[in-house]
Formats: sequence, structure tokens, C-alpha cells
Amino acid sequence: MSLEVDVRARIGEFGLHADFRLPPGLTVLFGPSGSGKTRLLRLLAGLDRPEAGRVGLDGEVFDEVATRVHVAPHERRIGMVFQEPYLLPHRSVLANVALAVREGDRPHRRARAAELLGQVDATPFAQRRPVQLSGGQRQRVALARAMAGDPRLLLLDEPFNALDVPVRLLLRRLVRELVDRADVPTLFVTHDLDELRFLADHVLLADDGDITTLTDVASALARIDGARGATRD
Amino acid sequence: MGDIDWFPLLLSLRVAGIATLLTSVVGVAGAYALARFRFPGRGLVEAIASLPIVLPPTVLGYYLLVSIGRNSPIGRGYEAVFGQPLVFTWQAAVVAAAVASLPYCLRTARAAITAVDAGYEEAARVAGLHGARLAFTVTLPLAGRGIVAGISLAFARALGDFGTTIMVAGNIPGRTQTMPIAVYDRVQAFDYATAGMLAAVLSVVAIVVLLGVRRLERSAL
Repeated sequence: MSLEVDVRARIGEFGLHADFRLPPGLTVLFGPSGSGKTRLLRLLAGLDRPEAGRVGLDGEVFDEVATRVHVAPHERRIGMVFQEPYLLPHRSVLANVALAVREGDRPHRRARAAELLGQVDATPFAQRRPVQLSGGQRQRVALARAMAGDPRLLLLDEPFNALDVPVRLLLRRLVRELVDRADVPTLFVTHDLDELRFLADHVLLADDGDITTLTDVASALARIDGARGATRD
Repeated sequence: MGDIDWFPLLLSLRVAGIATLLTSVVGVAGAYALARFRFPGRGLVEAIASLPIVLPPTVLGYYLLVSIGRNSPIGRGYEAVFGQPLVFTWQAAVVAAAVASLPYCLRTARAAITAVDAGYEEAARVAGLHGARLAFTVTLPLAGRGIVAGISLAFARALGDFGTTIMVAGNIPGRTQTMPIAVYDRVQAFDYATAGMLAAVLSVVAIVVLLGVRRLERSAL
């Protein structure tokens, strides 16, 4: 069981073909800009629809073009962190996370949100508005929100791109801890080799819309090195 | 000063207030539907809702008179329920003000909702929100300033309506005579002092609303 993907999609001139089965642990989806990484994550979250193929998680069909099945994003129980945190500016940090807790009454949801904010070291600013936070603090809150629905799958789309290097290093460690603690299969998009080396249990390579190569870290690094060497020659 | 009849001002505030309540509900719901859903006839709905901006108010009033008059199904239904005709009552003035002001709320709110970054809604949808909860928690608050600006414009328009109101509610002093109609009525009677007073009050309200809207629009970004 786990995430099974075999889809094709076309966005204008750009064609996407993804075929893989996501293993447990943290898989880094690596590739240059414009290779289809964000497109794939949007498909998996249900924000876009494939043109052909199938997406399933733990035996449940999310998308199946042949049978016209499409499960809406809110029914997928997926956690996602976008490049932008997209926290609601008119709500407190705590309320932002509590909104994503799916079960229980209001006190329970707030208690769960407070607990998650503790896990991402965000307790001191739980009552603040997102606008009062730094970029790194906001992404911590976005991480807590992604975990709040007890997700069956975690998707992170270059979440630390806009942040300074020391903050990135800190948050990488945090992601690793969260994923290990929750034991949730995770797909982490990046085009940063350091991030890949630090985070990846497995690597999924994106190459001009083709996302079919799932491999271990050493082989991935060798392939990436080879590809860069070929470009240099 | 003590002789001035304040009934038209109080009636105008009541009519514009109730009309704005109706306009807010219909206008914001309509704006949300137009901005976020695709359905057949969407363009037509938007065009019809915008007609009051371009139609001469008396023409709009004529159509309303035909629609809610005593021989129309709406007029007959109203009379059956409330025991009196709808036309030439202050309630008819509410209908006139609401219809005339609807597009101001609808169009401004629609623009504000369309301008909300889709990323907020997408993040919320993945986090489990949908339907009315998504609208009331995410979209409408993010478009809030634009929506309030639209409601304020609609209130100003409702308060100032003349042509549509006089067609369906008439000019009955003490019953359906709103402020703008009272201004006209006083000028007809060569009572320029009262007309000037009433005009000044209406102008102040309009300017305050405009300043408020400007402030909302500036602080929106």
C-alpha cells in the first residue's frame, strides 16, 4: 500500500508523465525548474486533474480518468506545504492551524493545534497574526497546519526556497523529525542538492515532465552528476 | 430650522438601510457565485444585474412597476399575504432602492472576490475546508474590504435614488416621500431653504460614504 501514481497530463505545450509507487519515508522529488514537480504535487492534492491514468492511496482511488473518479482536495486527507505559506492574515497562528484539524470540537481542535505548534517550536507566537512573523516562522506554522489533519500523505513544494540558509538548515531538521514522528509517506520537492542529501530516504527524479525514475540517494547523486557532466561537455 | 419636516430623512434612512441589507445578501452571494462558479447563463445574469447602472432610473422604475404592480403575479401574491398592495408604499421604495443599488454592491464585491489569491483557497481546500465554510472562513474575509466598499456604495446609491422610487412608490408626503423626492418637492414649491437643507444633509452622507470607501480601498493592499 501507499501512493500509486500512473498519470499523464498536458498543460499547454508541457506534457507530464508520472509513474511510480511512493515508498515509506521521505522521498525527495528532484529536478530543475519547469520539470513538472509542482504540477505533479497539484495533481496529487486534487487541485488539478490528470488527462489519463490513475492516482490511488492505500487502496483508495483519488483519480481514475477511465471511470471519471475524482476525489476533491478536502476529502483526500493530505497535508501540503506550498512555496508560499498562505496563512489566513485575519486569523491568529493558532486559529490557522486549528482550522485544519479535522476531528473533535473547538477546544479539542485548539488543543491539538497548540500541540502541533509546540512540535514546530512555534508556541511563543501562537497568538500572533501571520503578518507579524518572519518567513521561517510562517513556514513552521504552515508545516504544523499540514500535519493538523493527520495526513496520510505529506507533500512539500520547495517550502524553504525563500528562506535564508541558517533558517533552511533548521527547518530541514524539523521536517525530518516531524516525518519520522508521524511516520507519514512524504514527497519533498526541491532543486537543492544539499536538501536532497540531508533529507532523502529515496529520490524521485523529474526530467522535462518525465517523473518515472525512483532510486536510492547514491544512484540519484551519480545520475545527477552524470547529467551535469554531460551538460558541461 | 425647527419647522423642517425630518420624516423624509428618517424614511430615507429606513428605506436605504433595509434595501442595503437585502442588497448585501443577494449582492455578495451573487458576486461569490459569479466569481467562483461556472454555470450556463453566467454572462446573462451578470448583464441583467448590471442593467440598473445603465438604464434610466425611470425606465427601471417602469419595469419594476409592471413587475410588482397590482396585476402582476408578485403584486397579487404580496397583496394576498399582506392584505394591501405593494406599489405606492414605503416597502415599494425599498424594492426600488434595492434593485437600483444592487449592481454597485455586486460588481465591487465580485472584483474583490476575483482578486483574492487562489493560493489561499487551495491551501484551505487541501487542509479540509470546502463549501460555505471555505467561503466564510477564507474567501469573503480576504475580500472583506472590497465587499464593505461595495455595500457602502450601494447604501449611498439607495439613499439617493429618485427616479426608480418615484415610479413605484410615488411622492406621498408622510408616507413614501424620501429625501431626494422631498428636495424635488420643495423646489417645486419654491421652498429653497428647506430644499437646500435636505440637499446638504444628503451631500454630507454621500461624501462621508465616499471618503470611507476610499479609505477602505487604500488600506486593502
